[in-house]
Amino acid sequence: MTSSLHLWLIPLVPFAGFLVNGLLGRRFPKALVTAIAWIATLIPFLQVLNIALHFSSLTLPYNERVATWITAGNFHADFAFALDQLTLIMLLVVTGVGFLIHLYSAGYMAHEEGYWRFFAYLNLFMFFMLTLVLAENFLLMFVGWEGVGLASYLLIGFYFTKDSAANAGKKAFVVNRIGDFGFLIGMFLLIAHFGTLSFDGIFSQIAQHPEWQGGFLTAIALFLALGATGKSAQIPLYVWLPDAMEGPTPVSALIHAATMVTAGVYMIARAHAIFDRSPFALSTVAIIGAATALFAATIGLVQTDIKRVLAYSTVSQLGYMFLACGVAAYSAGIFHLLTHAFFKALLFLAAGSVIHALSGEQDMRVMGGLRKKIPVTFWTMTAAVFAIAGFPPFAGFFSKDEILYQAFISPNPVGKIVWFVGLLTAGLTSFYMFRLWYLTFFGKSRADQAAAHTPEPGHHAEKEEHKHPVHESPWIMLAPLVILAILSVIGGWVGVPAALGGHNEIEHFLSPVMHAQHLSFEQVSVAMSTQQQAVVPAAEAPEGNKSLELLLAVVSVATALIGWFIAHLMYFAKPELPAQIAAKVRGLYSLLLNKYWIDELYGAVIITPVLFLSRYVLKGLFDTGVITGGGLALGYATQGIGSLVQRVQSGNIRSYAGWLALGAAALLLLTYFGFGTHLSF
Amino acid sequence: MFNDSILSLITFVPTAGAIVVALLPRRGKLIQWFTLLVSLLTFALTLHLPAHFNYGQTGFQFEENHPWIASPNIHYHLGIDGISMWLVVLVGFLGPLAVLASWKAIETRTKEFYFLFLIQQTAMLGVFVALDMFLYYGFWELSLVPMAILIAMFGRQRGPQAAIKFFIFTFLPSALLLVALLWLYAKTGTFDFVLTQQYLAQNGSALAPQALWWVSLAFLAAFAVKVPVFPLHGWLSDVFSEAPTAMAMVVAGKLGLYSIIRFNLGLFPEQSRQIAPLMIALAVIGILYGASIALVQQDLKRFLAFSTVGHLSFCTLGIFCFTVVGLNGAVYQVLNHELSGAAILILFGILYERYGTYDMALYGGMAAKLPRMATLYVITALSLVGLPILNGFVGEFLILSSSFGVHPYWATAATLGVILSAAYMLTMIQKLFYGEQSQLVVNKNVPDIVAREGFALIPAVILMLVLGVASPYWIRAIGGAVDQMANSFAHATMTLLPNVAEKR
Repeated sequence: MTSSLHLWLIPLVPFAGFLVNGLLGRRFPKALVTAIAWIATLIPFLQVLNIALHFSSLTLPYNERVATWITAGNFHADFAFALDQLTLIMLLVVTGVGFLIHLYSAGYMAHEEGYWRFFAYLNLFMFFMLTLVLAENFLLMFVGWEGVGLASYLLIGFYFTKDSAANAGKKAFVVNRIGDFGFLIGMFLLIAHFGTLSFDGIFSQIAQHPEWQGGFLTAIALFLALGATGKSAQIPLYVWLPDAMEGPTPVSALIHAATMVTAGVYMIARAHAIFDRSPFALSTVAIIGAATALFAATIGLVQTDIKRVLAYSTVSQLGYMFLACGVAAYSAGIFHLLTHAFFKALLFLAAGSVIHALSGEQDMRVMGGLRKKIPVTFWTMTAAVFAIAGFPPFAGFFSKDEILYQAFISPNPVGKIVWFVGLLTAGLTSFYMFRLWYLTFFGKSRADQAAAHTPEPGHHAEKEEHKHPVHESPWIMLAPLVILAILSVIGGWVGVPAALGGHNEIEHFLSPVMHAQHLSFEQVSVAMSTQQQAVVPAAEAPEGNKSLELLLAVVSVATALIGWFIAHLMYFAKPELPAQIAAKVRGLYSLLLNKYWIDELYGAVIITPVLFLSRYVLKGLFDTGVITGGGLALGYATQGIGSLVQRVQSGNIRSYAGWLALGAAALLLLTYFGFGTHLSF
Repeated sequence: MFNDSILSLITFVPTAGAIVVALLPRRGKLIQWFTLLVSLLTFALTLHLPAHFNYGQTGFQFEENHPWIASPNIHYHLGIDGISMWLVVLVGFLGPLAVLASWKAIETRTKEFYFLFLIQQTAMLGVFVALDMFLYYGFWELSLVPMAILIAMFGRQRGPQAAIKFFIFTFLPSALLLVALLWLYAKTGTFDFVLTQQYLAQNGSALAPQALWWVSLAFLAAFAVKVPVFPLHGWLSDVFSEAPTAMAMVVAGKLGLYSIIRFNLGLFPEQSRQIAPLMIALAVIGILYGASIALVQQDLKRFLAFSTVGHLSFCTLGIFCFTVVGLNGAVYQVLNHELSGAAILILFGILYERYGTYDMALYGGMAAKLPRMATLYVITALSLVGLPILNGFVGEFLILSSSFGVHPYWATAATLGVILSAAYMLTMIQKLFYGEQSQLVVNKNVPDIVAREGFALIPAVILMLVLGVASPYWIRAIGGAVDQMANSFAHATMTLLPNVAEKR
């Protein structure tokens, strides 16, 4: 037995930071607020690093039960935390990227009102996210799950005086609640069938019953997947994420790119034992992922707001992770989650640096020529662009290729289709990222056109009367950029496939978690401690597949090159081209620009009818008519009777007593005569 | 011994206080301070109960049983179990909050107000501790009278009409209840709850089943109106919008729900079981109906009335699913709802005291101006939408998960309520606090939460968190009482379903 790791401290320290800053931060100087928030994030990061350093000496999975949370009848749920390989990767991402973004935020938010509030919320987010990742049961995971939604709500609505920000926050919360509905039903089904929500309890029961295939496990998997589509912004619930860009940019980087939105992917990977038993649910997840990846990428092609492009890109990349889970390549999905956390956080932070430099401007149409003016931002962002576009040896290449390869060789009938969609999306991704790159950093500055319109309100600068000249961001913002840029370059090297001469370490590292479906947790840990991981067959590609993998890699790099080339042509070599093309395919262009009118569709098909039903049918017609009308009729009737009684009793009796007596008498008589039972006073 | 008279003490300290209030001169804030003191004393006394509650013991505790009237055979019989204990403590806890909430809101006729307020406290406490059903009925009726008078006296605009409505809706079914009680007495020769329960369990089959059925319906009707269960909620929105905060805090929910659990489930398990499908349907409709209308209400008090219908329907659902877990959850949810509902009512009252309107449309953008109030609003709203680690979640989850085991489709429909509740609560928060400041908010300079209001609200908010993370402390006592009910059901040839399906 390993000595206690005190996992509970990891989420609780940020919670303490939240409490201190949230309750007292208003009166603190900014430096103190910053220090508290940083320390509250640094401590968990160091603790996780410490665990990582001693990881090989631990007996895994490691469980830690802190207290009983709910116990009623024979339902039982604990505050219990668990640590395994998957958890460790998530912990490193959340605390590591989280800490970097805390650093960055001190620079980015330096001139904002409500600075303390921002950091309190950010710490609150860390608390919930770490709870989500560390939870040993679905119910505690749901605490984190809903909690990160709350933090997201508060942070999206940070500029709450803006209606658009307040609306976006509410939209995010409510849409996520639709997903949570699925998560809840999934949990109810789990309780009904397993009598517990503990991961260990559920997965070991599944492991003992190889005959359970599909059936109720499909139902559970589909409801959980619905939950995941909410949190991870997949079709049909992705609509909140683009609007969430109303939040400050560091929030977009941390919550809406690197960590929270990946919770759905994490949940599916965590519950893979359930998904593995349901080919139907897996195919559904794969199709949702592929469809979302392509769909969001097409919208990203034409967006002009730099953050919106990145938002749709995030939706699209999360689609890749879903796709990976859907072909049961969970390790590949988590691998992409890891690299995506690096390069997408970097993209957002770099975009934030651009916005910062331009005093709050987010419209790419009035950017341009920034390469020389903000060189550090430019070079770090370049690393991220190459990473997401999928060029070797950048991080995104390895993870995306692993997903595509796994989809291609998957026995799942939809494997080849989702591979093709994924490939197509890779080309589109490359195009829209280089489009962003060229529009922002190359060509001539189009800032003079900015006078024509006011920048998006939100960041502090627009409150300033006159803009300051374009400037590079302070070191506290640049340092995280540089670190993330390095990670965006080398982060993928933990998963170099055998076809390229690597060992795919991350796949091996995760295999005890991902391939444990036939063994209970205890059995795995016993086996691991005795046989040094040999119990799990290494998921190494056989010789014959190496050439296939190499071929697929070449194809996808070629696709990415095509995307780059077209972007180069349209936004660098011949900048007049885009307008001409848009004019030619006006219908299609308008469809993409308006995001397929999905928001409008949801409004017309769901929100308007619900409100109409509530306002006119239920409230207007039914409640006013039937309920109140019925009550009034009853009232008049009784008043009539009451006055009758008053007259009978020569007006002496209080009407209350009159009603009472009359009613009682009537009922006594009714009882007496009606049922022939004898009263014997 | 203290344990032998503690319940009488708790119940009648407010009455003694009321008598003193009647004698006190109307000078300064003397009456307010005195009432606050009395309510704090009552609360302190109620804390004696959990401190000395014997968790291993079944049956009622702290019992007092003295013959009162020989014929008809009426006893002064008090006692509590794990269910009623927390309700008594809850009434004690909410007492001082209600006084603080009325501090400035009630400025005229304070003597009348606080006198009736304290009588109301006695009546409510009496309902929860009385084990003689005649005594119980006395407290039940007594709880209606001060309420009706206070609504009439202190109504916003149409107080008398609302009072009459309240009166009609609640007194008529109470008359039915009285008839049913008398019929039972005629059969059993006792008003004692415990003896009646035993009698019905053993000789129930000897009684005319149809008559028993009507009697149980009379009980249910009286209680369901008081909850209120859909579609008997016609009185609630008028009463909510007219009643002073301190009265609105206690008018719905706990009395009716407790009585259904105690009497309908306790005395008529078989009949309750038969009517359960109807009650479940009404509960689920109530959840969705209340939430839907709350979504489009502009008046804060009416908004809250419909949200209350929705929330209390969760409790009804939990009760009539006949599972151990669900019943635990229902009792817990009663506590949660009373706490959070009281807090939000106080918050609405605070707003009204400052701006003089309950119209949501007139508000906007207050968060920057009144940050402390915004924080309290947000936390309370989150508690009401059932955010995990706050109190509402635990009860809601227990109710929904256990009802899913027996009625999956109804439970699924009820779970849709969590989406709607988030939608209407956050819409309310947004309208009040976010966006541009409205004309009303710009023009009127008002203070943020003051110390007195903080004393009322901060304990409530802390308790929301504590109830959310430390539920075993409360459910321990509730669970004991629920298990005992499940056992007594076994006598009546029926069993409370095991909480979680134990298949395989």
